[in-house]
Amino acid sequence: MRELGRRSEAAAPVFRALRSDDGTSGGIAAPLPPLWGLRPTIVVARTGQRDLVTAACAAALDLGLVPGMAAAHARALVSDLDILDAAPDADRAWLDRLALHAARCWTPTAAVSGTDGLWLDLSGTTHLFGGEERFAVRLLGFLRRLGFTARVAIAGTPGAAHALARYGGAGVRILPEGGESEALAPLPLAALRLAPESLAAAARFGIERIADLYPMPRGPLARRLGRGAVERLDQARGFVPEPIVPVVPFDMPEARRSLLEPIGTAEAIEQVIADLLGDLVLALRERSLGVRSLVLRCDRLDMGAQFITVGTARATRDAKHLLRLFRLRIDRIEPGLGIETMVLAAPQVEALAPEAIAAVLDTARQAPDLAPLVDALAGRAGDAALFRLSAIESDVPERAIVRAGPLAKPAGWPVWPRPIRMLARPEALSGVVALLPDHPPRRFAWRGRSYAVVAGDGPERIHGEWWRRPGEMWAVRDYFRVEATSGERFWLFRRGDAITDKTGNLSWYMHGVFG
Amino acid sequence: MLRAAVARVAASRGPVLPFGVGPVDHLLAGGGLDGAGLHEVAGASASWSDDAAATLFAAGIASRFAAAPDVSALWALTRFDLYAPGLEQAGLGPDRVLYAQGRTDKELLALCEDALRDGSLACVVAEVKAADQTATRRLQLAASEGNTPMILYRRYRRYGQCPLADPSLAMTRWRIGTLSSGRLASPGVGRGRWNVELVRQRGGPPFSLELEACDDQGRLALPAATADRAVAPGRTDTVAFGHAA
Repeated sequence: MRELGRRSEAAAPVFRALRSDDGTSGGIAAPLPPLWGLRPTIVVARTGQRDLVTAACAAALDLGLVPGMAAAHARALVSDLDILDAAPDADRAWLDRLALHAARCWTPTAAVSGTDGLWLDLSGTTHLFGGEERFAVRLLGFLRRLGFTARVAIAGTPGAAHALARYGGAGVRILPEGGESEALAPLPLAALRLAPESLAAAARFGIERIADLYPMPRGPLARRLGRGAVERLDQARGFVPEPIVPVVPFDMPEARRSLLEPIGTAEAIEQVIADLLGDLVLALRERSLGVRSLVLRCDRLDMGAQFITVGTARATRDAKHLLRLFRLRIDRIEPGLGIETMVLAAPQVEALAPEAIAAVLDTARQAPDLAPLVDALAGRAGDAALFRLSAIESDVPERAIVRAGPLAKPAGWPVWPRPIRMLARPEALSGVVALLPDHPPRRFAWRGRSYAVVAGDGPERIHGEWWRRPGEMWAVRDYFRVEATSGERFWLFRRGDAITDKTGNLSWYMHGVFG
Repeated sequence: MLRAAVARVAASRGPVLPFGVGPVDHLLAGGGLDGAGLHEVAGASASWSDDAAATLFAAGIASRFAAAPDVSALWALTRFDLYAPGLEQAGLGPDRVLYAQGRTDKELLALCEDALRDGSLACVVAEVKAADQTATRRLQLAASEGNTPMILYRRYRRYGQCPLADPSLAMTRWRIGTLSSGRLASPGVGRGRWNVELVRQRGGPPFSLELEACDDQGRLALPAATADRAVAPGRTDTVAFGHAA
């Protein structure tokens, strides 16, 4: 068992947020330039009412600043001090990435330990890197290039490795087989990962070193410090096994075909895509996944690569449907001299459980699934071309509508009479004859034609939305539905309520038409 | 042999959607709109209100085709000036209509063909300015293949030139215009009234009727004066023949 020890400071300012489980198979990010070293630096976090130091760089440690002291105290001791805010989430993300990297490159069993360490189960893997010592040195070099300082301890149990990496001195510490009890003896009790109340109890009894626990009878020890303390001790000494729960890296589902002869015709490309989809769908079915997007990479003879992407409205692993989506885009591939390798990858997947067969058989009552159609149409006209319209809470007619996704469940509108077609911008009417304040106009002219009104409904008063624009503070629109002599039905409005001047200037507008 | 031919033609037609208005259903071949065919709708003139009436007529038909729960109609168009709350008031609520906005009429017609062939929609409505005979033939074939009705709403390209003058292979071609509605006893606007003209249909005569605009379920109705008139039983349909062109 090995312990990959503590990192020095949080690298918050240059941390680039990446999903730790992002499925990338490459190495880890670019090395970080060290931000500290010239001036003493500490990292502080707010706990309760105080700022506490959570980490300090080597220079600060030399000056007597230790984690756990108040930030104000540290400032008082050292005036020329750099203070950074702690970023525990970013720290955790870095640890996750390192654990994933370890799981991909060094050992199948790697896990994050605590908030500042990694566990790597190196059983049977170090010979690949030239032995334990060499591996530890290379590990330190790797982390140094990334901008981390680290301590490595290799021991027979996770508990011992954990304790030695944190309390066992700097650099690399490799414990020989069976030497755990002896090596742990001089370390403080905190090295055993005890609960805070156990530590407090131990302090009350005057127990400071782990060696103090060895001669004690186990019954009274468990009564005073708790059963957890005894278990931790046994785990560290190797009397009780402690399994590591490893991180499992997520591999992007991928299918690849290298071709015997370079291909260039659409039929051949389609055939290969069909084969790739068959492979991918098998892999997806095994893992109960469905794809939301697929990327096809075609490597050409002249080293150029062509990419085609398709997206789906809902997770699917229907090879026929996906092939149809690709068929719409095959003409965008330029094969050049010929394509020799094709790789199909699914960068965006979702869980897709098998469907109960009863739902498939009962087709009579089942609503038709629109997702395949939506994908096909979006492939032809673009994703933005398909939409539904939904209500949002606004009384102003132009603002009552919002676009939603093609598979969304939109909400309806209140049942006030509304026109079937509406002008994008209301158009001013001229020659309006109307009784004030709340009668529809008797006649008006619009687009060069005059209309005599035979019937009218209204007004429906709509107030301006002052929370959107201050100019609408007092604005009022009075909407009327009118019918002209030959049956035209229009939706008109007047600005202002004809009582107070600031509600509007009493001008009339055409806004929509009813059938 | 003639019977076999007739049976074949009958089998190629989809389920029929009746209007629920006696005279219209009587005059339509098959008793209603073919559920797997192309139907064309246009306004009686290029004016905005006739345009709106024809749109509502198409929306009413679409909403009755999409009356089953959890099915959607596709409304394809190039220039979006529809007002969705108005469509909802013709029975085509926001959960029952999926919009597709194309850049050109050609792209729009291709979209409609795909949608028709897929067969998972209750109805497809497209607003186009130009669709030649080949395009209508393709749409008609796609509609009968996917067993989905298609309503082609033809907008005016030039003032005064009816788009229904172009040759087309549609099953029915409708021309809708607004009429002055009946006055209510109290001030206010009542239900609209349309002149519904069937310009051409396959296997039946053209006719022209005065009908009340569609309600919130998309249903048309006979004007009250006709509906209330005392008619001898079994002679309801002769009323319509008076208007038949």
